[in-house]
Amino acid sequence: MIRIEKLKKSYRSVEALKGIDLRVGPGELFAYLGPNGSGKTTTIRILTGLARADSGDAYLHDYHIERDTLQAKRQCGLVPQTLNLDHELTVYENLDIHGRLFQMDRRQRRRRIDELLAYVEIDDRRNSPVKTLSGGLKRRVMVARALMHHPRILFLDEPTVGLDPAIRRRIWSLIKRIQQEGATIFLTTHYIEEAEFLAERVAFLHQGNIVAVDSPGNLMAGLGAWALDRLTNGEMETQYFRSREEANAHVDRQQGSFSLRRVNLEDVFIALTGKRVQQ
Amino acid sequence: MRGCFAIYYRELLILKKKLVRQVASMSVAPLLYILAFGYGMGKEVTVAGRSYLEFLIPGLVAMNSMTQAFAIASEINIARFYWRIFEEFQAAPIRNRAYVTGEILAGITRAVLSVAVILVIGAAFGVFLSYNPTFWLGVVLNGFLFSSLAVCMAMTVKSHADQALLTNFVITPMAFLGGTFFPVDRMPGWVQSLLQFLPLTHASSVIRNASFGETTDPFSHLLLAGIGLIMFVAAFFCVDRARE
Repeated sequence: MIRIEKLKKSYRSVEALKGIDLRVGPGELFAYLGPNGSGKTTTIRILTGLARADSGDAYLHDYHIERDTLQAKRQCGLVPQTLNLDHELTVYENLDIHGRLFQMDRRQRRRRIDELLAYVEIDDRRNSPVKTLSGGLKRRVMVARALMHHPRILFLDEPTVGLDPAIRRRIWSLIKRIQQEGATIFLTTHYIEEAEFLAERVAFLHQGNIVAVDSPGNLMAGLGAWALDRLTNGEMETQYFRSREEANAHVDRQQGSFSLRRVNLEDVFIALTGKRVQQ
Repeated sequence: MRGCFAIYYRELLILKKKLVRQVASMSVAPLLYILAFGYGMGKEVTVAGRSYLEFLIPGLVAMNSMTQAFAIASEINIARFYWRIFEEFQAAPIRNRAYVTGEILAGITRAVLSVAVILVIGAAFGVFLSYNPTFWLGVVLNGFLFSSLAVCMAMTVKSHADQALLTNFVITPMAFLGGTFFPVDRMPGWVQSLLQFLPLTHASSVIRNASFGETTDPFSHLLLAGIGLIMFVAAFFCVDRARE
């Protein structure tokens, strides 16, 4: 479980987090959605011990991230946004060092590495230097590394950024599988479809504040089921409707060209903030 | 302390992968100094009753153990700013002192390896001195001091460029003024007094005296250990400050 209370963080004059409160339940797959610079990575960096909050508290399974820092760190695994593998070392060595950092003994490390390499389907590359792997394979190594010490919470910071759609789907199914095996997953993303596909609940982060938290279904239902886009004087105008029939009836009464589509989380974010998530 | 060994093990793995390149690179500077100064000066030049080559080798040992121990600062910077592996250590349940100790052990290992390279080169040029425990204690203390300083520096700088600047201002002058290439007692009195503030002056003195089988000054040992210890503790705080 993750508990965040009035968390604040500034970088010089920029307020990255303005006192956020949040709870993520055990076993939940939670998405943290917002445009670049909204404070998503800052939140993860604070929760995983990479950054220090200016004020407020955060707990990982009741361990305070500052007061019980070593225990809190044992609870979580982190897949950061930027690749941070040891490129000179092999896949096996990267995982092995992670296991050593988490005080796993040799037998535990060997067994876990075998399991994980099979799990993320890169067993055949175990002795390959990381620098020879593709971007997608490196991501999978990073997921395996984060899972090495059996974390109860997995933080994924933009896990599919820069990956092609096919590999992105593969990573998604891996994330689903990890959650089904009991881990709590805290995922940041600015890909709307990623949050919609994966998350049980979503928090919208905008300029360091959480502006909404709910399930994707509830958030979207608040707006309607169908969205009608119309380009007027170079501006996209969108109207929302409860049913397709209602939307079609509206189109029949108007002139011009319309595009009818399902409401998505981007619509909700725009309705709440006036900004797009994917800027 | 298992965290410390994890850090040290990682550094050893990297060192092992680059061993041939590292040894080659560790050999270049001493080889050039021996050829340029040792042979260039001629066998007739004697310093303190010994051939200049014999005088030079312990100085090179002191200088190279310093530069190689300090070179871990660059490795840490690459891990921190380029590969971002430092974040993997920050997110791990290890204490700052474990991280610092692991890196310092790696620095000392590099220092000892570089000394071994110089001794082999020295032997190839016919220089055999006394490489007794006091000699190695001097090398280890020198490595400890400068790798501790390296961790402090690596955690304080904001970029690779800052690191290079510090090396130019701190390490390079020390390498030439710390009794490496000439006896400090030949300098004017006021310069000698100033040079006593440089740790390398004491390291050169300890290593040279030990390798000549002469008595070493316990104050120099204590000074190296004391400054090393101060830097070691300072490094804990520097690692903590490196956190955003």
